[in-house]
Amino acid sequence: MDVNERIGNLISSNGVMLFMKGDRRFPMCGFSGQAIQLLESCGAVYETLNVLEDDEIRQGIKAYSSWPTIPQLYVGGEFVGGSDIMMSLHQQGELQRLIKETQTA
Amino acid sequence: MQVQTTIEQKLAAGLQPAVLQVINESGMHNVPAGSESHFKVVAVSDAFVDLGLVQRHRQINGLLADELAGPVHALSLQAFTPEEWVARGGQFDASPDCLGGSSAG
Repeated sequence: MDVNERIGNLISSNGVMLFMKGDRRFPMCGFSGQAIQLLESCGAVYETLNVLEDDEIRQGIKAYSSWPTIPQLYVGGEFVGGSDIMMSLHQQGELQRLIKETQTA
Repeated sequence: MQVQTTIEQKLAAGLQPAVLQVINESGMHNVPAGSESHFKVVAVSDAFVDLGLVQRHRQINGLLADELAGPVHALSLQAFTPEEWVARGGQFDASPDCLGGSSAG
C-alpha cells in the first residue's frame, strides 16, 4: 500500500483525524498541542497519527493536501486546515458544528 | 534578518497588504539564537475577500513556497480582509508555546 492509500484509509475510517507531532497526551509542538486542546474542547472523538514516528506519512501528508505544515485536521474525509484555521473556526463556532455534524451522521 | 526580509518582500509584492506583520518567533522554540525558522505572518489584504481560510493560507504558502521548502520550519498565518481586521479591533491571536519537539519539517 502506498502512502496516499494509507492516508486515504486513515481519513476515511476516522471521522475526525489529526496528523500531529507527538500524541494527545504528549504533543511535541505547540501548534499540535493547540489542535488537541481545540478538539478536546469540542468534545470530539478523534484519532491521531504521530508523524514523528512515521516519516513516510510526515512527508506524504504534505503532498496529499498540498499543505506544507503539520498539524493537519481532516473531518469527514475532508481537509479542514492546520491549527490557525482550527482556531479561527473554533472562534466562529464552526469547528464545533463541523465535528458534531460528522459524529452524529 | 535575511529570511524575514525575503518573506516581507514577497508578501508585500504578492498581496499588497494594508497591514503586514512578519514576526520571527524562533526565539520561542528550541533552536539556536538568531535562527529564522519559526514565523508568524499577520496579513490584511483585499486579496482575501471572498476567499475561504484554506484558500487564503494556500495563497500565502504559495508565495513562500521556496522558504517553506528551505529554512522555514513553522509558519503561523492569520489572514484577514480589511473589514474583518476592523471588526477584530486590529487584534491577532498569540501563538502557542513551544512544547520542545523536534527540528525541521
